Amino acid sequence: MIEVKNLVKKYGTHLAVDHLDFQLEPGRIYGFLGPNGAGKSTTMNIMTGYLGATEGQVVIDGHDILKEPEEAKKHIGYLPELPPLYMDMTVSEYLEFAAELKELPRKEREDSVQKVMDITRLNDVQFRLIKNLSKGYRQRVGLAQAILGFPDIIILDEPTVGLDPKQIIEIRELIRDMAKEHTVILSSHILAEVREVCDYIMIISKGKLVASDTPENLEHLMAGQNSLEIETKAKPEDVRRILKEVSGIERMEFDRTKDATTYAKIEVKSGSGREQDLREAVFLAFAEAGCPLLMLKASRASLEEVFMELTQAEEVAADAGDL
Amino acid sequence: MLAIYKRELRSYFQSMVGCVFVAFLVLFTGIYFTAYNLTAGYPYFSYTLSGSLIVFIVGIPLITMRSFAEERKNKTDQLLLTAPVSLTKVVLGKYMAMVTVVAIPNLIFCLFPLIIKMNGTAYLKVDYISIAVFFLLGCVYLAIGMFLSTLTESQIIAFITTFGALLLLYLWKGIMEFLPSSASGCMIGLLLMISVVVFYIWQITSNWILSAVLEAASVVACVAVYFVKSSVFENLLSGLLGKLAFADVFTGITQNHIVDMGGIVLYLSVITVFIFLTVQTIQKRRWS
Repeated sequence: MIEVKNLVKKYGTHLAVDHLDFQLEPGRIYGFLGPNGAGKSTTMNIMTGYLGATEGQVVIDGHDILKEPEEAKKHIGYLPELPPLYMDMTVSEYLEFAAELKELPRKEREDSVQKVMDITRLNDVQFRLIKNLSKGYRQRVGLAQAILGFPDIIILDEPTVGLDPKQIIEIRELIRDMAKEHTVILSSHILAEVREVCDYIMIISKGKLVASDTPENLEHLMAGQNSLEIETKAKPEDVRRILKEVSGIERMEFDRTKDATTYAKIEVKSGSGREQDLREAVFLAFAEAGCPLLMLKASRASLEEVFMELTQAEEVAADAGDL
Repeated sequence: MLAIYKRELRSYFQSMVGCVFVAFLVLFTGIYFTAYNLTAGYPYFSYTLSGSLIVFIVGIPLITMRSFAEERKNKTDQLLLTAPVSLTKVVLGKYMAMVTVVAIPNLIFCLFPLIIKMNGTAYLKVDYISIAVFFLLGCVYLAIGMFLSTLTESQIIAFITTFGALLLLYLWKGIMEFLPSSASGCMIGLLLMISVVVFYIWQITSNWILSAVLEAASVVACVAVYFVKSSVFENLLSGLLGKLAFADVFTGITQNHIVDMGGIVLYLSVITVFIFLTVQTIQKRRWS
């Protein structure tokens, strides 16, 4: 379990992390999501004890990372943005060194190294020098180092950068497997990845936590996340009349295009059940009126939109602050 | 700590730097040995060793330059600093690996006095003490070089600054002769040194009241002492700064066969101070 309390990091006058506050439960996959320079890596560096925080506290399984660093660090495996590899070592030498550095008991070292090499499929390259490996393999060596000794908490900073699609899928599977017994925290600016892998998403923008929830809830969080788009030849007044019968409509917006069709956006009442689908009702209403529908489409706020809205709202607010 | 020590040591001999250093030092000492001891028949190996001092000044930066600069550049320091090992142990592990590299040629040197002994009279006590002090001097230089390596990400800059610093220390005795020895000159020099320290304090605390009070107090104290007893300041500068000529302790043994125990303590203190400064520099960077 990780508790981050009121974390602040300043670089000179630049505020990289701005009063972050959260708690992470064991056995879940957490995703840090945010645009470049949002403070994801800095937060991870502070959580692992690589950097000191200007203010605030990080407590890992009851151990403060600054007061009892050695005890706290034993519970963490960390893969930084750039894998910390010694180029002049072979893969197995490097992993043995990492195992000794992490103070694994002498008897378990060999087993652990063998196990992580099996998991990350490094057996074929174990006697090759790291400097001769491709980027994907290097990333895997870094990952192997992070999960070595199977610490309770595994922190991965952009683990799939530079990998080919097949490797990305392998690593995602690996992360899911790991999460059965460990807490995994990963950062990314790729939305699809976070949505697919993570149980819980934390969106960070300009060092602040702007939202944190499950991917599904985040999508629902948006106002008017459930809406329909239709296109028809009827006039807006007619559309309004036809849809009068359909219950559960919050609001309608019309747009008359040049070729005499009406484009309407219908927002569904959010209180009337989240999964309520009005498409059938709308279709039947138009059919009864004998008015053809050219298009009927359910549009839902995607995670992308949530992300854009949350991170850009921040920017607008910040700009307003400057004025 | 042991893990870091083993890795570092292996890396020194895999990357050739260690081998080159050992070969270089043994080769040059061998040449001096042939010239002084074997050809000219001088029975002291310690004298030969004093000739190798200049090789140290080139060789030590070669070893220390990569210690922390390379880690920082390749970001491998992230592995060390997020591992459950304290920073002091990381620094000590690296330092001990470098000390081991320097110890290897010194162990080889232990054979040379025996060669002299085989061919006649040898002064083993002086020779072995001088080898030990030579090794200790190497450890002092290593500590300085390691500290300078933490200040930069570039190995080249680490090499040049270390080389410059060691050369300066080597020539220190000669530089000292340019310093004034009169009481008034020494007082002005001392005030200048205090001003530099006060300026540094002002830089780190940005508290100008504190700095101004310190500066004023030291000026008043110096001037007062000068008028009460000006003889205190005579030769003060060269007395104070002359201690920095670390090699003097070693050359004292090789030339006069006198072991200065105070000098040995000085060596050990300088090593401790620079290891401490190394730890603090890395620690400070985490916070800024």
